[in-house]
Amino acid sequence: MRGNAGAVRIGVIVLLVLLWELLARRFGNPLLVAPPSTTLVTTIALLGDPQVTQALLAALRELAIAFVIAVVAGLVIALPLGLSTFWRGALLPLVLGLYAVPQVTVLPLFVRIFGLGPPTKIAFGVTHGIFAVILTVIAAARAVDPHLLRAATSLGATRRQMIVAVVLPSLVPSLFTGMRLAMSGVLLGVLLAELYVSTTGIGFFTQAFTNAFAPAKLFGLILLLAAIAIALNELTRMAERRFSRWRENPAS
Amino acid sequence: MQIGCVALAFVAWQTGSSSGALDPLILPAPAAVAAALGTVLRSGTVWAALGLTLAELALAFAFAAGSGLLIGFAIGRSPFAVRVFDPLLAGLYAVPTILLFPLYLLFFGIGPPSKIALGATMAFFPIVLSTIAGFAQVSRVHLAAAQSMGANAPQLFRYVMFPDAFPIVIAGLRMGLVLGFLAVLGGETLTSNGGLGHEIVTMAESLEPAKMFAYIVVAIAAASALNLLTSYAELRGRRHETA
Repeated sequence: MRGNAGAVRIGVIVLLVLLWELLARRFGNPLLVAPPSTTLVTTIALLGDPQVTQALLAALRELAIAFVIAVVAGLVIALPLGLSTFWRGALLPLVLGLYAVPQVTVLPLFVRIFGLGPPTKIAFGVTHGIFAVILTVIAAARAVDPHLLRAATSLGATRRQMIVAVVLPSLVPSLFTGMRLAMSGVLLGVLLAELYVSTTGIGFFTQAFTNAFAPAKLFGLILLLAAIAIALNELTRMAERRFSRWRENPAS
Repeated sequence: MQIGCVALAFVAWQTGSSSGALDPLILPAPAAVAAALGTVLRSGTVWAALGLTLAELALAFAFAAGSGLLIGFAIGRSPFAVRVFDPLLAGLYAVPTILLFPLYLLFFGIGPPSKIALGATMAFFPIVLSTIAGFAQVSRVHLAAAQSMGANAPQLFRYVMFPDAFPIVIAGLRMGLVLGFLAVLGGETLTSNGGLGHEIVTMAESLEPAKMFAYIVVAIAAASALNLLTSYAELRGRRHETA
């Protein structure tokens, strides 16, 4: 029955693609829509265009850098807040307040500060990703098993030993959850900034293809970006599954 | 102490601005922002912009809720359909919706329709996924019991399916509304000819940072109001159902 559902799902996808092909060929305005067959050919051609691949690689690099910064900086901010009631009480409301800001509204400000190049995109990716890391790690640090803490205290552990041997290891699974959420945030932030800046990078090409009424190229570029997004999301999802497995069966 | 910390941040911001450490073109002083907020609120533009943004959101949400609830209900009632479509929709949800915006610009132009389309797409996924989840977990025992006591289809829906699915569906609707608002705002910021996002970009480009921040404050206030309103509605709805 399970395999059956998978087969039907593939059938549904094939049907939708065929429908798209048929409708686009029959009724679609070629200035606005492209059938999947044309899109596929164009997508492969796009990959041969050095300017497009350069823009894609630049975006990928921005994503990687922003992700690393978001995770590292997020951890650095989250640890004191997670470990000390004082710092949590003092700074968590500030963090939550910033988190509540609809970040797209400050995108023009980022461009003003960081310019039109990669720094803006990286910075915007970081601010979109960092909160996931901060909030999951803080939550995890507060939820460390009290039995373990009690046991460590009664065995005479110092505060330092307690943090290194008990608290930090128990944060690992949540950190990977935070990393998965951070990745989707970073993707959103970098792509928003890429689309906003239309003089270079991805935003330049989406606008150029739109203005030229070249839907196949636009579809192709978006497909490539979607593929990158899916691959990165899947990568962090796999890492999360791999590193939180021990949490699910604590008996072993 | 929390208030003290926030107050400290404000004081640092104000002194930083007045001592010249902070570039007023990037981060204007809080006093300047407050003054600009007063001017902006008295002008008519902010209300027109807010009205347009909220109207776009309302239409986007109507499309998303209508289609999401209908499709979710249709899928959620059949366990087989859930297994076929749920992974498909969840997979599509993993693609950043913002990627569709260039397509919507091509299809619908730079006016409100492209923002409505983006907001509707963004809101659709949490609504449809939670509607599927809600109707998929309706108790089979309750259904069978009601049926054996002779309940007809509308009665089954009203007294068994709806109460069981409601808490999950309403959470999805709320999520959809909030994400839809962010998407509409995002679309307006990227490429548009009106709305709050558009005003923010216009102020940024015409080097009026205090006014830009004033508009940002309005956007934040609108987002918070929406959040409070919907969580209140969710809470009330839930209490009503369990009562």
